[in-house]
Parts: sequence; structure tokens; C-alpha cells
Amino acid sequence: MSDGIGILLPGPADFGAWRLQARRLLAAGVPPERVDWRVAGESPGLFAGAPPPDAAPVTASVPRSFMEMAEIGIRHRDPERFALLYRMLWRIVQGEPQGERNLMQVATDADVVRLQGMTKAVRRDAHKMHAFLRFRAIETEAGPKYVAWFEPEHHILEAETGFFIRRFAGLRWSILTPAASAHWDGETLRMGPGGSRRDAPPEDAHEELWRAYYASIFNPARLKPAAMRAEMPVKYWKNLPEAREIPRLMAEAPRRVAEMVERGATPAAPRRQRSLHVPAQPAAPADDSSGMAPDLFSQVEDPAAALAALKAEIERRNDLPPWAAAATQIVFGEGPVGAPLLFVGEQPGDEEDLAGKPFVGPAGRLFNRAAEEAGIDRPMAYVTNAVKHFKFKPTGRRRLHQSPDAGDIAYYRPFLKREIELAGPRLVVSLGATALKSLTGKPLAITKVRGETIETPDGLRIFPTVHPSYLLRLPDADSKAREYDRFVADLKAAQREVR
Amino acid sequence: MELRRKLEILADAAKYDASCASSGTEKRDSRQGGIGSTEGMGICHAYAPDGRCISLLKVLLTNACVFDCAYCINRATSNVARARFTVRELVELTLHFYRRNYIEGLFLSSGIIRSPDYTMEQIVEVARLLREEHGFKGYIHLKTIPDAAPELLARAGMYADRLSINIELPQDGSLKSLAPEKDAPGIRRAMARMRLRIEEAKEAKRTERRAAAPRFAPAGQSTQMIVGADAADDRAVLGTSVNLYAGYGLRRVYYSGYSPIPDASSLLPPAAPPLVREHRLYQADWLLRFYGFGLEEIMAGGEGGMLDLGIDPKLAWALKHRDRFPVDVNRAPKEMLLRVPGLGAKTVNRLLSARRHRSLRSDDLARLKLPLAKLLPFLVTADHRPRGGLLDRADLRTLVAPQTGFAAQARPRQLALL
Repeated sequence: MSDGIGILLPGPADFGAWRLQARRLLAAGVPPERVDWRVAGESPGLFAGAPPPDAAPVTASVPRSFMEMAEIGIRHRDPERFALLYRMLWRIVQGEPQGERNLMQVATDADVVRLQGMTKAVRRDAHKMHAFLRFRAIETEAGPKYVAWFEPEHHILEAETGFFIRRFAGLRWSILTPAASAHWDGETLRMGPGGSRRDAPPEDAHEELWRAYYASIFNPARLKPAAMRAEMPVKYWKNLPEAREIPRLMAEAPRRVAEMVERGATPAAPRRQRSLHVPAQPAAPADDSSGMAPDLFSQVEDPAAALAALKAEIERRNDLPPWAAAATQIVFGEGPVGAPLLFVGEQPGDEEDLAGKPFVGPAGRLFNRAAEEAGIDRPMAYVTNAVKHFKFKPTGRRRLHQSPDAGDIAYYRPFLKREIELAGPRLVVSLGATALKSLTGKPLAITKVRGETIETPDGLRIFPTVHPSYLLRLPDADSKAREYDRFVADLKAAQREVR
Repeated sequence: MELRRKLEILADAAKYDASCASSGTEKRDSRQGGIGSTEGMGICHAYAPDGRCISLLKVLLTNACVFDCAYCINRATSNVARARFTVRELVELTLHFYRRNYIEGLFLSSGIIRSPDYTMEQIVEVARLLREEHGFKGYIHLKTIPDAAPELLARAGMYADRLSINIELPQDGSLKSLAPEKDAPGIRRAMARMRLRIEEAKEAKRTERRAAAPRFAPAGQSTQMIVGADAADDRAVLGTSVNLYAGYGLRRVYYSGYSPIPDASSLLPPAAPPLVREHRLYQADWLLRFYGFGLEEIMAGGEGGMLDLGIDPKLAWALKHRDRFPVDVNRAPKEMLLRVPGLGAKTVNRLLSARRHRSLRSDDLARLKLPLAKLLPFLVTADHRPRGGLLDRADLRTLVAPQTGFAAQARPRQLALL
């Protein structure tokens, strides 16, 4: 290389120095093929090439993704790393008419693939260092000190000291590697020369416990040595105290499994473990699936107890609609017995299902606001739903509400009727079509009957209005405000009915 | 009992729980005092010959247990040796291991002793001592007990990064017969309570109540399902997962092939753990969460409610939906590229980014070291189109299925033990 330029970098992973030189070379317009990169002390023999140009370093803006990858890639042990980075920089800034500004986005470009591979290797090396480095404690006059011997593949020690400082800031430690060492005294970091394995302590008193743990956590029935080697390559084993257990564990595994199989099931221990605490046994499920347990109707003297019994009765039914098994729990009505107003919604939603309480989700919160505005003392009202379990369709991280069908409504209807009987309101406000259908047994249009009191054949007085979720679904603010006011007016009218 | 013997018993008792993650929590370090750090990414400090990651010191506080779950080595009627750590012993052991960089932290579970509250209190006390007396900033995963008092759950969430309750079995009915003291609805209710608290803490952190935010399990909750101990098919298993992810915001569902245990119950005679099935379930779980597949689509790749053991579920789906292929790597939308067998989510993002600047050719894919033999029958590139009729060939499966030892192992007949 007669017109070549030689650049000598002070260290094998000195990104700052590479960057400064690269900016000078760019300023002088030196193309990548004319530059010979070396690291001080690494390349014996004559160092050919002219000294670097004395140009003022150029300030070029390059994509951040390049700088980030370059800073990591430069730690790779590949001797061509400096040249690769400068070539890529050249292409980004000088290549094509306007420079290949988008080079980093072309994941399939040969240079990008190579840098990607290098950064991946460096990151993996760093990750394995975080994972497989083992400290051994030694006692010193100043207290315990932790010393590790590790053999990284790339020039990562200095960059990774930060990890160990953050993790072990309060300990005194040294990390020794063949090329360099790092020493932390609890306050400052000092980099030193490389060493050999003999410079680190040969053992640690806790390694016996650690090996015992390693051997015990292994399940011989699941022998998968290839998976182990893929993640914990054999080259690391010599510095891992637990790795000496591996041959024995693998050799013994087939025999241990054979013994388990041969032994088969063992009889129960004659003295089983006993509890000082006797957990409440869940009540036996009701066998009767055709109607309600008869004793429910005899408990009328205490309606609150009867309501609790009704809830328990639904909970242990074995003929619930099949989708109900996916719900977290039953969401039963809540409120004082004898409340003048009883509100019936459609079914619990996501939040109600999680909390086990009705009217706590978005529609419930809107309802509470409207009720307070209408002058209803909300805690003094009884609220419940026509359907007592959350019917949904799971999609990713959400559960989408599914409207109950006629069969679902019919299933829960007797329970709702019984609940209302026990709660004993003077007026039942039905919110939305499902509630109305459940209460009247007929698919009435809310728009036709809204705001009028309907009396059912069994003497129940029903006041129909919309469901608050209808207000939430309205697209524009104007109609939202208008419908909200109408809803509040309905609630006021209902309140007047019972005053 | 000597500490070493206790550790052996209580680690052996904990190894059937597959969870090992130490990821996903907040960033912390010890520069302001204490010891330890978490930086978001989990670290596996070792791997056992079973191929499983060892990230946390995973032990039980005690393996004495009053529950009699047939699948569990620690059940009340098992003959295993019993042991119990003192709270102090376990705290010291965790710190000794941590200082030597053996572990990321502690995963603590326990047999149920005395009462759920008493057991939970002991678990919480270990975490409290680590956090408050030793300023431990490492990772803590606590197993929570469904019936424990809400205050104990709140305290567990304050100290732990992750909480978990095992759903144990895919169907409520099997739990009832194999684990009579456990209560599936109770487990779901506990998960629901945890989700509410996790979200509350997250929400408080975002809003003005930041300072007053009750810390609660920043790495969320996970669960484990044992596969192969009952008759549930893969559709039932994955259907349960789908509901758990959607309902309780779980970070992970772990699948653990039922493994023979030294002191097996007569209800579950020993059989080889269904490792291949377990692997396919994990792959399907990934497709559900990151690849936009629905449960029924995944099941369509298999037969009779079971996934195809011989090939991965994405390839299985593709082979049964050949009319959707070939897909043009230079034009197809992301959702469709994600469905191409052999293209992972990361690769798809790279291809999408690259194709805005270049027209992608087959050697571009080769440079990314993608499995071309599997890929090319399904893909159109600037210089490649699958040969006419290739996608209709009856033996396409044998052309694209990987011939690995693992695939060979998948042949159902070979699953019988020894």
C-alpha cells in the first residue's frame, strides 16, 4: 500500500479514538481502502503507511443506530472491525450521490449483516459474562474481597465493569481476564493488566452448597444436554464450579429414571402431614338441576341471608351456560334489602368480573355519576344484573364483551326474579334491552316504553331506560351530552315515583 | 439437619416448577446502598443437563404440606424426607449465592403448613428481611397462596418483583380430582385480585399519585400448567391460556410436562414427560401472543384437538392453508409475513425495513442466515418464485420439515419411557 495511511489506535476497543481518527480521515477525503488500522502493541513488525492527515475532524451527522452499533461492534476481536466501521461510515456520508443515509435500515446489506453479527456476538459475550462469571471470596484485613477469573471472547471487560459496579457497589471485587483486569474498592474503579487463572483463588467455601443446589434442581427425567450446551457452551465450563457435576448427573440420570419407573406408585405415607388449620370445605354441589333448592324459599324470614344463599346456590350450579366457566366469579347484586329503587343492568363486564362487584366498570362509574346527579343516594340503592357471569371473547390481552343471548337471559331469569323478591324494592329500573327482556319476558323496544312504568302480571313495577354503556358508545360529544341529560332526567323521574 | 441436606431436599422439592424468569421488572441498582441490581433483562446463570435455565435460587421454605395433590412430590401422603429452612438461613443463603454471582435472586414457594396465612407470612418475611435489612435489589419471585389474607398479598407485592399462583391443571374438573384441597375458582379470583393491584400500582405510577404509589409486583404475574397429568387435549390447554392472558394480564403461562417423581401417587403412574408436546405448546403460545394467530387457527394445524408433534404449529398451519401462499416478501403486509414458516418476528421487522430501500432477493435472505429450504416454497422474492405445483405436492411436508433428532423424537410411538 504505497499511498496507504496508517492509523494506530491506543486500545483494542477505544471507540473515542477511532471516532476522532475517522472524522479526520473523512475531512481529508481518504477512502476506506487506503487506511490501515492497527492497535498499539498488538501488531508486531513494521507499521507501514503514512501518518494520518492533519485535517480538522469533520462534523458529520450520521444515524444514531450506526453510532450505537459501532460502539458495541468495536469491542469485537475481529481485526477488521475498524476498517469495516470506517467503510460503513464512508458509505453513509460519501457513498452514492447523497451518501447511503439509509444504509443501516438495509438489514440485508453485506456490511450491515456483518456489523449486526459482530454486535450480536459482543452482546452475547457480555451477557455470558454477566451470567457465568463466578466470584470467590477471600478474607483480607479490610474484610472480604471477591475475585473472579473470566475469559471473555471479545474486548468487553472495561465496558462491562459498569454492570458489576451497579450490582456489587458495596463489595470490594476484582475481575481478572487474560488481557486486562478491573478492580473495584467500593468507590473507584481501576483497570490493570491481564493475569492468569492462578491469580484468582482456587475455591470458595460456598461452592459446595452451590453444587448441591445445581445437582438437586436438575430433573433427571428431562435430560436435554444439547439444550444445555447451546446456552452454556462447553468453553465456559472450566471456570464454572457447578459444571464438574454435569458428567455425573448425566451418567446417573437414566438409572434414576429407571428406578422411579420400576418402583412405580408408592403407597401413601402412613402418617400424612397434618394441618392445624381446617380449611372450610366447599359445600357439595347441588344435585338438583331442574330448579332451585327448595330450602331457599323457606328462608324468607331473613332476606339478607336468603340473598346470600341465592348467590351460593348459583355459584354451585352444575348446569350454568358453558361460557360461564371461563368467568372469574359470579357477580351478584349489591345493596340494602328494602331499597326503594333496584337497578338491573345487563351483565358484569371485565372489571366487575375481576372485582366480583356489580357496576364498578366504566358504565357503572357513569351510572353512579348520573344517579348522584339525579339525587339518588347511590349506596342506598340496590344494583344487580340480568346475567350474573361475564360473557366474553378473549382477544390477546383483552376480553371483549359478548351480549347474552335469549337462552342466557332465560337461564338467569328465575334467579333475578327471586333476587328482586328478596330485595323488595318499590320500583325496578331496567337499564337497557337485556334487563327489560329479562324482567318482562318480552323483547320490548326501549324507545317505545322508555320513562313509563310498566306493571308485570306478577305485580312488579318496572321503569325502563337505556343502559349507561349506550351513552359511552355514542360517537360525538353533543349527542353524548344530550343523552346523558335525558338519562339523568329518567333517573329523576324514577326517584319521584318512589318518594 | 445440616444446611446442605436441607438445600438438597428443598431444591429437589421446587424443581417441578418450570418458571425461571428474572426479567421484566423495574431498573434498580446498589450504588445508593444495599446489594444487587435488576436491569430489565433476565440472566440465566447456569443451565442444568435438563436444558433448563437456573436464574434464581428456586426453593421451598418447607416441603411439609397439608395438601394432597396427586401430581406433587410434596403432597401430604408422600414419603419424601421433609425439611424446613429457617427464615434467617434462607436469607443468608440467598445473599451468599448472590454475592458470588450464582443467581439473580430468589424464587420462593412453600408447602402449606398450619394455615395459608401462616405460610404466606413466612414467605413474606424472607422477602422483607432481604429488602429491608439487607437492601437487596435483586429479583424476588414469590409464590402466593390463593386463600391468604389480602394484607399479606399486598405485602408480598410490595417486596416481590413477580408473583405467581399455579393454575396447575387445564381443567377445573381435573384439579378437583387430583388436588382436592385446591379450588380452581379460588385460584382465578386470586389472579383477578393480583391483576387489579398490579394495574392500580402501574396506574398510580403514571399519574400524580406517583410518590404514594403502592409498589406491587412490577414484573407482573405468571402461572404454570401441568401438561399430561390429566386427559385435557391441547385445545383445552391453550384455551385456558388464552383466557388467562386476556383475563388476568399474565406475563407468562409456563407449561410443564408431567414428569415422573420419585414417590409417585397411584393416581398418576410414571410415564416419560411429554417434552415434545410441551415444546409445541410453547410454540403455539408464542404464535398466540406475538404472531396474531387465533386459537382455532392454531388448532386447525393439528388433528382432533392436538397439535402436530412432528412439525412446529406455524408450519402445520401453513401446510393446511396452502392457498394463502406463496407470499411476496417485497409486498406482503406484516401480518402475512409473520405467517410464513421460518420467518420470526425480528426478521420480519428487518425485512420490512430493508424492503423500503431495496428489492429483496433470495441471497438477501441467505445473508440473514434464514432457513431457505423451509422458507422458499412459501415465498416469492425478486428473483424467486416457487416452482409451479410445489405448493400442491403431497410430500411438501417432508421437503420442508426439519430432519432433526427432535423431530424424530416427536414420533408418538417413541414417547414411551425406556
